Amino acid sequence: MTCLLRIENLHLEQGGKTLLEALNLCIRPGECWGLLGRNGAGKTTLLHTLAGVRQPSQGALYWHDQALPQLPARTRAQHIGLLTQDASEGFEESVLEAALVGRHPHIARFSQASTEDEHVVRQALADCGLEGFETRRLYSLSGGERRRLALATLLAQNPRLLLLDEPLNHLDLAWQWRILQQLRALTDAGRGLMLSLHDPNMALHFCTHVLLLDGSATWVAGKTKAVLTSNNLYAAYGFRLRLVHDNGSAWFVPQPSPL
Amino acid sequence: MPRPLSPWITLGLLLAAGIGLFCSSLFLGSTGWLWPSPNHPDTHAILFELRLPRVLAAFTAGALLALAGSLIQVLTRNPLADPYILGISGGAAVGALLAILFGLALWLQHVFATVGALAALLLVIALAHGEGAWTRQRLLLTGVVLASALGAIITLLLALAPDTALRSMLFWLMGDLSSAPAPWLALGGLALLFLLLMPWTRDLNVLTRGEASAASLGVAVRELRWGAYLLAAIATALAVITAGSIGFVGLLAPHLARLLVGADHRVALPAAMLLGANLVMLADLCARTLIAPQQLPAGALLALIGAPLFLALLYREGRR
Repeated sequence: MTCLLRIENLHLEQGGKTLLEALNLCIRPGECWGLLGRNGAGKTTLLHTLAGVRQPSQGALYWHDQALPQLPARTRAQHIGLLTQDASEGFEESVLEAALVGRHPHIARFSQASTEDEHVVRQALADCGLEGFETRRLYSLSGGERRRLALATLLAQNPRLLLLDEPLNHLDLAWQWRILQQLRALTDAGRGLMLSLHDPNMALHFCTHVLLLDGSATWVAGKTKAVLTSNNLYAAYGFRLRLVHDNGSAWFVPQPSPL
Repeated sequence: MPRPLSPWITLGLLLAAGIGLFCSSLFLGSTGWLWPSPNHPDTHAILFELRLPRVLAAFTAGALLALAGSLIQVLTRNPLADPYILGISGGAAVGALLAILFGLALWLQHVFATVGALAALLLVIALAHGEGAWTRQRLLLTGVVLASALGAIITLLLALAPDTALRSMLFWLMGDLSSAPAPWLALGGLALLFLLLMPWTRDLNVLTRGEASAASLGVAVRELRWGAYLLAAIATALAVITAGSIGFVGLLAPHLARLLVGADHRVALPAAMLLGANLVMLADLCARTLIAPQQLPAGALLALIGAPLFLALLYREGRR
């Protein structure tokens, strides 16, 4: 299968520090990449670079076979979507207006949002449990509801490749797993996805692949089971985890127990 | 969003009010209703040489400041920002006051004001130049600090000025539409800025969500930001040269527009411009008719009319 996004020899720097060196990666349709690493390891910087909103200090990115910087911004936004870590709302007032912003790259400059656009947005809101919230004012939403609105905006954008920076922030436990299931369903339907996570167990259960950053320019990438080992996680986080098997599924738990 | 009126009806009403105010300003004056008494020998001169340029200046200055204020509030993502925050009006004021102090001719006052506005603008952009998340705050702070420094210079100029010049200096500072230069030119500038900006209004909506999000949604953030700063600065400079210091309208009109028609700039921007134009026309009409033949400073009346209107709408919004 050909790559949606191909990353060649990517170097990332932030504040004079090298975060990532010589990253080569290919995100294919149907792959769900978990992006793990300690705070400040460069997860956000990487996602913003892959989304084309930040220039890499070195290296090349290709959307299919076209160099990413050469892609017109609007075309790029039709294919690649980014959920930022602290998605701040604009001056919009209602939930529907805010989510409609996701359709921006699909609406021509002098056109209005069509009924088709509105249908897509309403479906996206429903997928994120915001059905019936359409006319609610933004300031009346809770933190978790805001996060789901940001996710709905990304779903409304309907990109082939979804890049999500800590999509589970502010979500309650049930919604964390529900959103993960939905994202996984999207990849199973042929989209590509990369999301930054803090819980290796979630990556273990939902991601097909994992990219693990250790914050000192080295990285491990590959199939989830191959990358997520106690040793790799210890190298990345400096924290011991043990894999516990239970009824055919496996979970990482702290070792020794912190209590 | 359930608003009492659809945005298009609100825009239509604002336009109708604008036409009404425009006609009233033409026909109403210190001599009472001039219409229908077209036989008076001075009628033509009063209408076309005194009142028409003046009402055009009021319309243009109000609309320009509203446009600039809307842009600056989006760019800085700060609801307290107004077009004067970049120090442009301070620069223009120092230029104009110097010209008045030296007793220069009227046209030189305008030249000095223009040069002052452009100098302040270039200084802010040069000092705040840079990239990254800090740029927005740095620009705001640079503008605020420069504006305070220019304010101090204005105070010094006022303190040093002889009594003969003081009165016209104060009037300039309070907003004076009686000596507007070339309002047709400013009107042309207004039309041009509006046409340049309208195709980008939806991008402005997206830009209010922050730069990374806007960029990921296909907005050319860098180009849009600098273009919008430039347009806002040109609009402010044109307005200040046309009407002196009436900056309050640049803070007020964008907020009023958002309260009336919502935050979508495709509607909110024209609404803000009409509101700004109407407010300044109304203020100027009151300024020259309330205790005619004496004239009041339009800028002061603008604040007296605008502040209660704004507070009333804000209060209504808070109770919804």
